[in-house]
Order: sequence, then structure tokens, then C-alpha cells
Amino acid sequence: MVLLAAVVAAPVLAVAIAAMEPRWEVWRHLVETRLAGLAWNTVRLLAGVAVGAGVLGVSLGWLVAVHRFPARGFFEWALVLPLAMPAYVYGFVMIALFDFTGPVQSWMRASFGAGAGLPDIRSYWGVVLTMSLVFYPYVYLLSRSAFAERGVVLVEAAKSLGQSPRTAFWRLALPLARPALASGLALALMETLADVGTVSIFSYDTFSTAVYRVWFGMLDRTAASQIALALIAFAALLVTVERWARRRAAHTVSDARRTRRIESSQGKQWLAMAICAAVLGVAFVLPASMLVVWSVRAFRAGSVASTYPALVGNTLLVAVAAAALTVSAALLLAYTARQVRSRRLRALTAVALLGYAIPGSVVAVGVLLVLSHADGLAGAIMGSPPAFLITSSVAALLFAYMVRFVAAAYYPVQAGLARISPAVDESARALGATPRRILREVHVPMLRGSLVAAAILVVVEVLKELPATMLIRPFGFETLAVEVWERTNDAMWVEAAPPSLAIVVLGALLVGWLTRAGARQKALP
Amino acid sequence: MSTRQPNLRLSLVFAAAVLSVAACESAPESQVVTVYSSRSHYGAESVFVAFTKATGIAVEFFDGNNSEVLERLKAEGERTNADLLLTVDAGNLWNAAQQGLLQPIQSAVLTANIPAHLRDPENQWFAVATRARTIMYNPARVNPSELSTYEQLGDPKWKGRLCLRTSSAVYNQSLLASLISIHGEEATERIVRGWVANEPIYINGDTQILEAVAAGRCDVAITNHYYLARLLAKNPQLSVAPFWADQQGAGVHVNISGGGVTRHARNRDNAIRLLEYLSTPEAQALLASSSFEFPANPSVPPHEILARFGGFRPQSVGVAAAGAFQAAAVRLADRAGYR
Repeated sequence: MVLLAAVVAAPVLAVAIAAMEPRWEVWRHLVETRLAGLAWNTVRLLAGVAVGAGVLGVSLGWLVAVHRFPARGFFEWALVLPLAMPAYVYGFVMIALFDFTGPVQSWMRASFGAGAGLPDIRSYWGVVLTMSLVFYPYVYLLSRSAFAERGVVLVEAAKSLGQSPRTAFWRLALPLARPALASGLALALMETLADVGTVSIFSYDTFSTAVYRVWFGMLDRTAASQIALALIAFAALLVTVERWARRRAAHTVSDARRTRRIESSQGKQWLAMAICAAVLGVAFVLPASMLVVWSVRAFRAGSVASTYPALVGNTLLVAVAAAALTVSAALLLAYTARQVRSRRLRALTAVALLGYAIPGSVVAVGVLLVLSHADGLAGAIMGSPPAFLITSSVAALLFAYMVRFVAAAYYPVQAGLARISPAVDESARALGATPRRILREVHVPMLRGSLVAAAILVVVEVLKELPATMLIRPFGFETLAVEVWERTNDAMWVEAAPPSLAIVVLGALLVGWLTRAGARQKALP
Repeated sequence: MSTRQPNLRLSLVFAAAVLSVAACESAPESQVVTVYSSRSHYGAESVFVAFTKATGIAVEFFDGNNSEVLERLKAEGERTNADLLLTVDAGNLWNAAQQGLLQPIQSAVLTANIPAHLRDPENQWFAVATRARTIMYNPARVNPSELSTYEQLGDPKWKGRLCLRTSSAVYNQSLLASLISIHGEEATERIVRGWVANEPIYINGDTQILEAVAAGRCDVAITNHYYLARLLAKNPQLSVAPFWADQQGAGVHVNISGGGVTRHARNRDNAIRLLEYLSTPEAQALLASSSFEFPANPSVPPHEILARFGGFRPQSVGVAAAGAFQAAAVRLADRAGYR
């Protein structure tokens, strides 16, 4: 297991090693010029997304889990759908619609005079709004299930003590949901740190765009790796905060009693529905409808690639294979962490999980470094250079996805494992079962829900992934995301719409299926 | 048995998908040339189809953005599949040559078709087409007599009226690098500080910048010429016009798109044939009509939309100069506060 953790951690470590050569001169230049601005931009982006995604995720989770209102069952799963929307796609739709030259502001100028308009969308607030709306489902998913487990019970307990539901939320439910909230926020913020595509669309500079600038503008890969290390440090900080927030958290569920949801006044019920509808409308229905409109236009103009079926096939192929690989790795890592207390293993696992916060391009370079060594080693052992290139095969691509997304699978699996009482392990062991047998015959069946959830999260991530795919994909291997990139390159929104739509539809089907299946399992009356 | 049918069908679909991927890689070796390209292939496809028709050599593409294609070429080393590197911006070609990714070739055709200042002095790369990065203005709001040089965009009268792409765009890095090679670092930094003092509106894309100029978000900007030509081809009434910068001084910044044969090319002869073909009048005319760049071969006239832009005097520095100052340009932008 140490070996598996080491393999997953290797590319991250390789970047760290490549960064070891000192580059004082570049750093002095950065300190004198942009560093403070970059750090400030990165920190306030994280803060803004934490607040935005946190408030949206928690309040929607609370509404849906505890209250009764019209169409609640629909919103319960539909509010997860923005997860299927790549942030860079949402970003370009927002800009196409709300920029100075977009239809909304053009209409405002035409109707109310040249002075009319909106605040500039290409700004801090534009990025924060975009990322909050795309990343809130991580918080929503985890906080909703935490509230669903005990929210109603807590509100009733509070009521019997003469306290309002509001007090129950602030004093009981929210503190108890802290671990779920922390994990959800950690995922959302890691996505924010790793993002390059969205912030570039908005011309907003962060540490991850600085990696590119130093790498390709100053042509200094070592210094770029050092900036990537700064990103990794940010991520490590996030993970530490997440651990700290989950400290002493009792994850094992008390019996999920079948209780009734709270029924508020008619007016409040409609308000709750309106809030859910507004968020879903802005975060998903609006951008998805734009993609549909543009796709129809693209089909009419005949500018849709004939290779479409192959693109969809390729994308699904790598996504499913990567999910199988990544979830297996995450399960083994989480399970071993449960069974064995080894400091070395824990450290390696922590490093392995950081891949989620590192831009795909940096992970890709780490993977290329590791694999070219492996290639060389294989050549040395076999006495001749290998007949095929490990460094640009589908296997390399899957490895990169695993490194990048193992955290997305690890957290749900870990949460699932935490719900299984250690007493179960002890009984199985007392009956003479080996750890492997316990995993296979006790845990995996009990974990099926978590495993499916983890697999779907990874599939959705791989559907959206761009930079690592660009760098490592085998010769001539195109995916939907690559096609989107090629079209958005020259602001060809209409032409970029069909592949974007395909990503969104595939992702939405999976996300919808996952959350509906999850909802049915623990349906409350 | 009937319950198994859908599974069988599904696996057939999968198998077909896998095969279709595999099929891309199995053309006969000798009649192939593999191109690593960072030129968007959607404008230029017809010229490669014409090449295959004329020579029987199939062209296979691997597309990526500039830097990623280079990184990949570097990582693959001598085991690369690439025969020809096609990319935009002289800085990228200079870089590829510096890192030993290209090889010098001797070709009478290329020497005859491509002028000396548009190819590498050591014959490692050759321009296919050229592009000018110049001042754009909205004729409804700006009189061209108010415009003159790149530096003059730092005049306080343009405060709040200037749109720029960030200095992370390689086109701007090359523009600054060429200014450094002409005026030196100090004077170039002064120019850039002038722009920054005018609080430019940063928009990440030349096309979007031109749309912003037309809509009145800003009145002047710097973009590549062909983005305007593409927009004018769709909408001749667009209220944006080009102004050739620095005509009394150093001239307009001109960059290239072009290519070079990779050091470890397995189909070296085919790569040379493709590069030579791209320089012929026939291919140049096809390229010019799809991309709106200026043909690198001086015997081929530019597209009629470009003809209406009028003639201009380019910077006299060779395009190769840009590459040497790219890193300096990025640092200069950092110092001047140019995002």
C-alpha cells in the first residue's frame, strides 16, 4: 500500500524535485513586481468562492433537507446539476451574455441610452460569481446529506425546548455539519486553486496563471515548478484546515429515523421554491439553454465536426477507465489508512491527495517526468529503447487523471468508511477474516453507494478536464474538452457550443442519476 | 440469451470506438507526414487536402497550443512522431530552434519563395504567412490624424479609451520584444508605462477587443490585422479600422506563422516537401484566402479585404529578433505593471 501511495504521489514529488534548483533571480523579480498582487488575488478569490459556494451550498442544503415545499424532490437532485458544467464553459457563456458587447448590455444601451450598463463582468466579482455558482454543489451535496441525517430531529428537539428552527440551524445543525461543510469547501477551493481556464477567460491573474507565465513567457520551467510548489503549499494548508475542522467529529450515524420534514407557511414554502429555482436557473438552465441555442445555430451552419461520435466515444472511454482506476486506488488508500496507523503512509497519502489542487498542466509535467524515467529504466532493463512510448499512451493519460482526481474519489470513500462502525471490523476480525476478505465481503457491499458516487465524480471531472489531456493524450486522440478548447481559442462560441453541450449533457445525466439514486435510498416522507 | 443482447451491442460500440481510434494511427509509413501544429486547423485544412491530392502524402495532425506542443516535442525527444512543427509567432519558432528541436534544411524552393527576413538565418524555420500587430480604432469616434505610434497610445487623451490584451498573450510579448530590440529596454518600458497609466481595459482575445471597439467600450486598441479582416468578412459595416503604427518611425510590428522540420523527423523528405508546397503560389493563395494573413511569398497578392487596408512599412528588425527578447519583455511588463 505504501507503494500505491508512492506511485500516486510520485508526479507531485517529481515536480517538487524539479523545483529544487534555486532561481533566486526570478523570485527577486517576482517579489519586486507581481508576487504580492498574485498572492492577494489568489487569497481573495479563495475567500470569495468559500463564502459564495459556502453560503449557497449550506443554505440550499438546509432548505432541501429539512423543509417541505413544492417541487422539493426535483430540486433535491437538480441543484447538483451545475457540477456537470465545466467552469470555463460557464465562464465563456457569462462573458458572451453579460459583457459590454453581449446581448444584455447592448439591449440596455439601446433601450436606456448609451450610459446604461452593468458592472464589468471581467472583474473579481465576475470570477467569484462564476466559480461560486459552478462549485457550490460540492458543499451542497455534503451538507445536504449531513442535514438529512439529523436536521429534522434537531429542529424538533429545539422546538420542544421552545427554540426556533433558526436557532436549531445556527446552534446545532451547522456545528454538527462542520465536517461535511469542511470537506465540501476543501473540494471547491482545490478546484478554484487548480483552475487556469476560467481565470484566463476573465483576465484574472492567480498563482496558477503565473505558473504558465513563467513557464512559457520567461521560459523557465524550474521557476514555474517553484510557483507550482507555492500552489501545492496552499493546497496543503487547505487540507490541514479541513482535517482540523473534522477533528473529533463523530461520523457514525445514529439511526436515521423516518421523520417528517418541517412544514412552514405557504408564503415561506413558495419563497424556498423561488430561491432554489433562481439558483438553478442562473447556474444551469441559463447557460445550458445558451449552449442549446448556439448548438442549433452551429448545426444549421454545418460547422459541427464529423468526428463527433468518435469524440464522444473517446471521452467516455477514458472517463470510465479513469474512474475505475481512481476509485480502486482511493478505496485501497482509504481502507489502509483505516486499518494501519503508519505515519509514512499517512504522509504519502496526504501528498497524493494534493493532485486535486494542482493545475492539470503541472500534474501532466510531473507525470511526464516520472514516466520518462520509467521509460528509460525499462529501456535499460530490456537493453533497448522500449518499442512503444509509455509517455504518450492512454495508460499515461489514465495515470495523470488518477493523480489529479484521486482526492475527488478519496473523500466520499473515506466518508463512507467512516460511517461503518469500527465494531463491524472488529467482529469480522474476531471471526477470523483477513483484512482483504473484510474489504471484499463486508466493506465493499456496504460502501456501494459511496463507491458509485466517487466513480461518478471522477467521470464528471475527467469529462471536463483539459490541460493534462492536451499534454499527454496519445497522438491524434481527441476528446470533447479538447474540441471545446480548439473552438474557444478564437472566441468561436457558436462552434464551441456542441462539444460543450455534449460534456454538460453526459455529466448531467450521470450527476442526476447518482443523486436521484442516492435520494431514493434514504427518502423521507 | 435475449437479456445479453444489449450488452453485446454495447461492447460492439465500444470496440468500434477503440478501432476508430486505432485506425487513425495506421496509415502506411512512407506516404505520411506528421505535423505538430498550433495553428488552428479549421482555416487551413483545404491547403493540406490539396497537398495530399498533389503528392499522395497523407498529412496527420496533432494540435495543441504553442507551448504545449513544444513541451511535448521536448518530452518525446528522439522518439517523437512529429516530422514538421507548424506554429504561430516567431518567438515560438526561435524557441524551438534554441532548444534543439528543429534541424536546418537546404531547399532552393524555400530560399526562392520566402524572403530572407522571413526565415531563420540558419534555415531551421521558414515563414508561411505574416501578420501585423497594429493600432485599431473606431472611425466614428477617432480621427486617424490623432494616431501615430505605439508609444502615442500612452498619451493622456486615451485615458480610459484603450483596450489591450494582457502581457501573458504571446503576441504582446513579441510586440514588446521587437520594441526592445529597436528602442532598448528603457525606452520600451517608458512606452508600456504610458499605456498602463491610461488604465487600459484588459480583454483576453483579439476578436473580443475588436467587438468592444466597435461597440464603443473603448476607442483604440492593439490587435492582429487578420482578426479585423475575419470580422469584416462577416460584417463589412463593422465600425473598426486599422491604423498602421510607427510609419514615420520604426514601422509596424510584423510576426509570422511558419514551420520547421523536427530534429528527429522520420519522414524528413515528406516534411520538406510539405513546407516547400506551402510556399508555392498555389498554396499561398489558398492559405491567404482562409486565414486572412499576408502571404509570405511576395509574388502572391493578399486577400482583397487586406488590399483595402492599404500598404504599410514593417519594422526592419528580422522576425528572429523577437524570440531573443521574449523573457525580457515579460519582465518588463511585470515592472511596468502591465497585466
